[in-house]
Amino acid sequence: MANRKIIPVGPYHPLQEEPELFKLYCEGETVKDIKWETGYNHRGIEKLSESKTFEQVFFLVERICGICSTSHPFAYANCMEEIADVEIPDRAKYIRSIIGELERLHSHYLWVGLAGHFLGYNTVFMWAWKYREPILDMFEIISGNRNSYAMFKIGGVRRDVNQNQIDQLRKVMNQIKKKNDLLTGAVMDDPVIHARTKGVGVLTKQDVMDYAAVGPTARASGWKIDIRHDDPYAAYDMVDWNVITAQEGDVFAKAKVRLLENYESIKIIEQCLDKLEQEPEGNTEVKVKEIPEGIGTGHAEAPRGEVFHFVKTDGSNSPVRHKIRAPSYVNIATFKKSCVGQTISDATISLAAVDPCYCCTERMAFAYDHDTGKKIYDGNELVQLSQKKTEEIRKTYKI
Amino acid sequence: MAEQLFYFFIYPGLLFAGIVGGLLSWFDRKITAKVQFRKGPPLLQPFYDFLKLLLVKETILPERGSKLTFLIAPLFSLIGATLSAIFILLPLLNIDIGFEGDVIVIFYLLTIPSLFYVIGALASGNPLASVGASREIKMIISYELTFLLIFAAVIMKAGMTINLQEIIQMQAGGNAFIGSISGVLLFIAGLFCVQAKLGMVPFDIAEAETELSEGSFIEYSGTAYSIIKFTKYIMLFILPALLVGFFMAGFNWEGTGILWSVLKLLAVVLLLTLIRNTNPRLKVKQVMRFFLVGMNIMVIIAIILIYFGL
Repeated sequence: MANRKIIPVGPYHPLQEEPELFKLYCEGETVKDIKWETGYNHRGIEKLSESKTFEQVFFLVERICGICSTSHPFAYANCMEEIADVEIPDRAKYIRSIIGELERLHSHYLWVGLAGHFLGYNTVFMWAWKYREPILDMFEIISGNRNSYAMFKIGGVRRDVNQNQIDQLRKVMNQIKKKNDLLTGAVMDDPVIHARTKGVGVLTKQDVMDYAAVGPTARASGWKIDIRHDDPYAAYDMVDWNVITAQEGDVFAKAKVRLLENYESIKIIEQCLDKLEQEPEGNTEVKVKEIPEGIGTGHAEAPRGEVFHFVKTDGSNSPVRHKIRAPSYVNIATFKKSCVGQTISDATISLAAVDPCYCCTERMAFAYDHDTGKKIYDGNELVQLSQKKTEEIRKTYKI
Repeated sequence: MAEQLFYFFIYPGLLFAGIVGGLLSWFDRKITAKVQFRKGPPLLQPFYDFLKLLLVKETILPERGSKLTFLIAPLFSLIGATLSAIFILLPLLNIDIGFEGDVIVIFYLLTIPSLFYVIGALASGNPLASVGASREIKMIISYELTFLLIFAAVIMKAGMTINLQEIIQMQAGGNAFIGSISGVLLFIAGLFCVQAKLGMVPFDIAEAETELSEGSFIEYSGTAYSIIKFTKYIMLFILPALLVGFFMAGFNWEGTGILWSVLKLLAVVLLLTLIRNTNPRLKVKQVMRFFLVGMNIMVIIAIILIYFGL
């Protein structure tokens, strides 16, 4: 224990966009142990959901995460359709898949850029984010928003994609393909990037299975796990695509999996566009009048892994219980394996490599006093506290 | 006395070196922005940054740690940088011929800023700064030997003269050292040493924004940080200028020579900027291996080549 010091990554740190605290217990430059504290972002989504109608919940779960803002509505829609027992029209399935894959594209670009930034390679950061821009523009053309698209509803989608938009999407996909080649080449062939990421933060297949990791984190260690493939939803079983895996389990493998997944996403989108043209326009939903009493589970493959939703209904117009599990919730736990024994430089990029998203993950019902262990607030009191604070802010700004 | 004070504070010392360094810093940022599809800052942005830190921002002192050492360290690094600026720029700008052995003095003075960054970081008592300081020390250990060997090689190449003025004169009339194989090898090694001394990517491990959130400088704010920033501006001018003096026949202030002089300086800074924008940050071990093995071998090969007159 000699000379062991704590290097804090957080609560506010340039490495992470969101507040969280990782305590790296270091001896010299070597990380000997890691502990983390989350809970800075808790918003009580699950409880809030019980006070909303089924349609309103879409807008709520969309705001769980700004980056993968379609994966939660996706899982929730799958869940509600299981309870209501409806089969949505093919056109809606294709549109859902297109939105889902566009989101994966922009999320993976975002990660590649951020990973470059974390390595001090700001040129990759700026380039990747520039290439991400046309995808966001496409979202704006289709849904009117760059993020939080509000495309989903029970029984279908809110907006149709017309022929004009299909042509636009095709054009953008052709552009993205070329840019993806460029970016993949830049990352895969750079010897200095190899030196920084190969053999860093290795997770073996046994490790990811032990920690039940999901998404690219698991696939980079050779575990072929992908909800789109294992339990197909929307149009994923109607098009041809591959699950990308890598064997090494290091940071480089995670980057490789994400970059190659971009090609698969483009493939899926292009096939969906072809099929969309053959479908009659306007046939985007089935009307669902009543949600019966029951329980349903739904999952979707978010860019970071499996998103899981559980809803219990009692025949009224809002959920009785809504349980959400985001991919980062399980992926964060792998840090114990991937960071311990590394240097600080390697640990920080390993932290970033699972593309953690804390605001999806935060779960908290009580606040305890740090020293005495006494309960200070429960969930309701925290909500009241937050509302009181909002009132005060309003008063200071005279709104 | 008045002349020495003028040298130190106005020209070519503190004020002049700082202003030119600030302009070069703008050049570096503008090129970086162009490489990254951004617009980039206006010409005077480095000075706005400096003045804001100096005049507007409050200086927050760390609660634990030695406050006096913490505040004095940036001042000493500034003095070290200014003194080396004088000894490098007097012969380069043709103001004074310098003195016998000034190259050795320059070598020692150039290590002072880094050393005082370390002292300031350790005085702040911040765990991130202490990691930054230990990284800075490891960096100094790795690149200083290479830097010393480059000085030795240049002195050999100039026929065993240890006067910067004479080294420059040796290269007069199109005989710049960079025109030979050994000169090119030495210039490349020198470029990387300068990159490391300036703390630019891939050698910014002591600051490492996304790992240590500015590491050594994390506790600095306001006036104290503005002094560090000014030191960095000066270093960004004098280190490339030293390379120009060592390998590119220095500056010439007559006729079209002015244009060439400016272009030479900008070319060196451009190379530094491009290296910084096309590489990720290295790890401590990799930096040590890069300098202690790779660069040293390269410089020794250059010295052998010089022995054979190449």
